[in-house]
Amino acid sequence: MKLWTKAVLTVAALSLAACTDPGGFGNDDDFGAGTGSDLGSNADPSSIAYFQEAVGDRVLFVVDQSTLSEQGRLVVLAQANWLMQNTDYVAVIEGHADEQGTREYNLALGARRASAVQELLVSQGVASNRIRTLSYGKERPIEICSEESCYAQNRRAVTVLTANLSG
Amino acid sequence: MRLFATLVIGILTMGQFAHPVTAQSQPLRIEITDGVIEPMPYAVPDFVAETPGSNQVAKDISRVIAADLNGTGLFREIPAKAHISSITNFGSPVQFADWKAVNAQALITGGVSVSGNQLEVKFRVYDVFAGTELGNGLRFKGTTDGWRRMAHKVADAVYARITGEGGYFDSRVVYVAETGPKNNRKKRLAVMDYDGANLQYLTDSSSIVLAPRFSPTGDRVLYTSYETGFPQVYVLDVGSVRRKVLSNESGTMSFAPRFSPDGKSVVMSVTEGGNTDLYKMDIGSGKRQRLTSTPSIETAPSYSPDGSKIVFESDRSGSQQIYVMSSRGGEATRISFGKGRYGTPVWSPRGDLIAFTKQHKGRFHIGVMRTDGSEERLLTASFLDEGPTWSPNGRVIMFTRETRGAGGAASLYSVDVSGRNLKPVKINGGGSDPSWSPLQ
Repeated sequence: MKLWTKAVLTVAALSLAACTDPGGFGNDDDFGAGTGSDLGSNADPSSIAYFQEAVGDRVLFVVDQSTLSEQGRLVVLAQANWLMQNTDYVAVIEGHADEQGTREYNLALGARRASAVQELLVSQGVASNRIRTLSYGKERPIEICSEESCYAQNRRAVTVLTANLSG
Repeated sequence: MRLFATLVIGILTMGQFAHPVTAQSQPLRIEITDGVIEPMPYAVPDFVAETPGSNQVAKDISRVIAADLNGTGLFREIPAKAHISSITNFGSPVQFADWKAVNAQALITGGVSVSGNQLEVKFRVYDVFAGTELGNGLRFKGTTDGWRRMAHKVADAVYARITGEGGYFDSRVVYVAETGPKNNRKKRLAVMDYDGANLQYLTDSSSIVLAPRFSPTGDRVLYTSYETGFPQVYVLDVGSVRRKVLSNESGTMSFAPRFSPDGKSVVMSVTEGGNTDLYKMDIGSGKRQRLTSTPSIETAPSYSPDGSKIVFESDRSGSQQIYVMSSRGGEATRISFGKGRYGTPVWSPRGDLIAFTKQHKGRFHIGVMRTDGSEERLLTASFLDEGPTWSPNGRVIMFTRETRGAGGAASLYSVDVSGRNLKPVKINGGGSDPSWSPLQ
């Protein structure tokens, strides 16, 4: 007789939980990006459209840097000036990186870029409680080629305005 | 609830080997540390269906075992059409000459029986040239819907007997499933068997999710989600798919979480005022302890298996490099000194190596080094490789590979720690940020 050394593994409850998709999160955050704010007409100097087009809502950075360029500094100074005059708005500054970096590092780098803009705005007198920052790292490129021409546009910090509903 | 099955293991030793141990020239063995090896030829004829209606599952189990073994690159299957003998009775003596004639060095035989939803699988491994059984027969019992896991368990046992290493087939991978173009990518958490089977989505794609990490027991997953609009670390129970935010302080970002080896705390990056440092958080109490306090970026932390140390990346020297410190924080020692930037270090489950991502001259590499930074070896090179994760036995590394250009997409790859056997992991659509579970 062929003799067994038996090891009996009883695999109980093998059936995994049924495929479940959690529902939508439904977490409205009136301070975050993604809520619809009326852009208004760019002819109206107090509109978001004017801010984006005439003032400039973004600054660009060189590779692996978070220091504002002279041109970037001028844009942020103009943003500060506009925010001081249009106190009904709050801002989220979104920092971004190009795809040439690891995911975690790019998140931290984007946060530095957003913070560079925030610090300059606050130093110009914009109330710090009107500004929040976050980083998307390399998760939200606007240009998709894998060339410097695209990377240069993706290394950015964008000041996103929301009408302050409580204001 | 625990996701993974409870294993009840009883071992009965009964008598002696049927085959007396004869003088052998060399035992059947693959030394997987060897640089270049010839895959070992083996045969796994379809397992014998011992009950009516079990033919298909017997065949399927044999195929999963073969896929596991072939996928390692260490084994080469002698196809069924080349066999000159068949196994029709699990208990009958093996005709070694017939398997020797087709050059199968190892032979795996098995029997499968089904009763209701109960499945029983038994197998034996033979050293054909020695004419002996390698180890002893084993029997697994479970439910029919767990047939793939039982096949993986058989393959793990075969792999362990022939290589002397622990297996890794009965394991899962949690990753980020990706769809859509680069400028509108949808990401959701997914979990699957290591070979891509049994895919299950854990979140929807309404918000960005990043870098899931399995707990040491495989029952929970840490990840980063933008569901509040800001990146925060969440912990998700894989069984119930319930999740809760771990660190939700207004105005701070948290990301890059990893469990401590005891599963009770989390080390992660927290960003305040644009500066990213490492923190440890006790999951139960939510109590947070700061581990680093520098103006530089500290991120991508990973514990040593004994919990005493943390390896992480920092740009405190001016560029991204790898450091090791005590898991209580304090002084850190730089261990990466090669050319280029180093990030995403992950401590091997065996404790001997650290896997990392390296960027040099516009190329990305997955590499390994010893824990003191010596003996660096690059295993891959491409436009963008990143985010290594170790197989439970520390022999295989899975990672993200992203292709270049406007149509660029991310997918999962695996490579042996030797640098051999680089291949894509079969997944449905795109995928990134894999995390390998422990052996189930």
